[in-house]
Amino acid sequence: MIRLEKIIVTYRTDAGIHEALAGVDLAIERGTSCVIIGPTGCGKTSLLYLLAGLLEPASGQVILDGRPLSGVRRQTSLILQQHGLFPWKNALANASLGLGIRGAAREKVMGTTRTLMEKMGIWDVRRSYPAQLSGGQRQRVAIARSLATDPDLLLMDEPFSALDAMTRESLQELFLGLWKERSFTSVLVTHSIEEAAFLGNRIVVLSPRPGRVLGILENPEMGDPRYRLSESFHLMCSGIRRLMEGSR
Amino acid sequence: MKPMRSAAQPYTLAAVALAAGWQVAATALNTEALPGPASVLVSFARQVRGPLGIHFAVSAYRVLVSLALALVTAVPWGIAMGRMRRTDALLSPLVYLIYPIPKIAFLPLVLLLFGIGDGSRIFLIAFILFFQILVTTRDAAREIPREYILSMRSLGAGRLQKAFHLVLPAVLPKILTSLRIGIGTAIAVLFFVESFATSTGLGYFILDAWSRLDYESMYAGIVGMGLLGAVLYEFVEVLDRTLCRWTKI
Repeated sequence: MIRLEKIIVTYRTDAGIHEALAGVDLAIERGTSCVIIGPTGCGKTSLLYLLAGLLEPASGQVILDGRPLSGVRRQTSLILQQHGLFPWKNALANASLGLGIRGAAREKVMGTTRTLMEKMGIWDVRRSYPAQLSGGQRQRVAIARSLATDPDLLLMDEPFSALDAMTRESLQELFLGLWKERSFTSVLVTHSIEEAAFLGNRIVVLSPRPGRVLGILENPEMGDPRYRLSESFHLMCSGIRRLMEGSR
Repeated sequence: MKPMRSAAQPYTLAAVALAAGWQVAATALNTEALPGPASVLVSFARQVRGPLGIHFAVSAYRVLVSLALALVTAVPWGIAMGRMRRTDALLSPLVYLIYPIPKIAFLPLVLLLFGIGDGSRIFLIAFILFFQILVTTRDAAREIPREYILSMRSLGAGRLQKAFHLVLPAVLPKILTSLRIGIGTAIAVLFFVESFATSTGLGYFILDAWSRLDYESMYAGIVGMGLLGAVLYEFVEVLDRTLCRWTKI
């Protein structure tokens, strides 16, 4: 269970101090998939960095399992917008890095990484560097790396936005399958309405900067890959769109 | 396998072109101060198994130790300055003040501190290289994208792991570039530091031959310096190919 209480995040530019988030209250249940959607620059990335322990709020606090969050946490994995892969490490070295840094035994590191990479269809390209991989493959490596450490909380910053439509949909389905199988808590940030409706148990709509919660939508039917084609999916998308448009 | 062939072929070509130009200049100038390549090569081949080879080895030793010394001192400081704002604010002005001063001007002091042996020669070369490698490393460390830093932090990396998995590999290509530039500087300085109070090294060999008006030997020594540089450059190329493979794709 994650609680955000009266979170205010500020950032500094030459023109002064601005608010990125202006008082966000939010609760995320354990094991659910929460999608945060909002226009570009609404502070959703700040929200994610906050949950990752990479950013301190100006005021308010993040409570995780009853305790205030302070700094980076071992059971949290973060996937950055540009995947955060290191260009000097090949796919295998990138995917196994998180486990390696945690000091796991070599056989465990290799075993776990291999199982995940095989499952995600990227074992064959394990010797390739990120620059040699397609966008979809890179994203798979990033997901493999973040799941190798068996996190209870996975944070993702617009993970599928740079991919072509077909790759995006197949990765969304892959992600959905992994989430159902491993039951981690997922917080995904996106600006795509369809992605929010497809991947979120709960969809949190943020206002343009400074970000506030405009509304929260429950999305009970998500979880089935065929949901995308259903009537209720389109109704959900319209609901999100209305909330977002109402803010303008 | 490949590297040897790919390196040898262009070198043969370059050597032939160089020898041709040299021959043209030697014929045109028609002076004792520039003998043709053939007689110089004969002189080189004759002496390389004897004194010239030993002088070459001594010079190579001096340059290699200087390069290594400059690397192991400049890289950590460069990384510290590039990644820690306060260290940088403190040290950068100091570096900018000392960097432009011709270090050779400190020769009397260096001789006093390190004596007239190899110590002061190696120190002087390393001292000059230090600043070139320091500034390049610092700038490279400064430019590491924030995304990589955040990614590393979110993986829970400690200081040492960050240095090993992130900072070093990120700055390595630039360090190798600074080494390539540094090799040219090092050999130029090498010639200077071998021009006084020594009877070993290619610099000494060249100047000694000159004083005896033995121009063939003098140019044989110059050829030796060229070869020394080329060997060092190729060594950096090998490092580049093995350690920075990711930049070649």
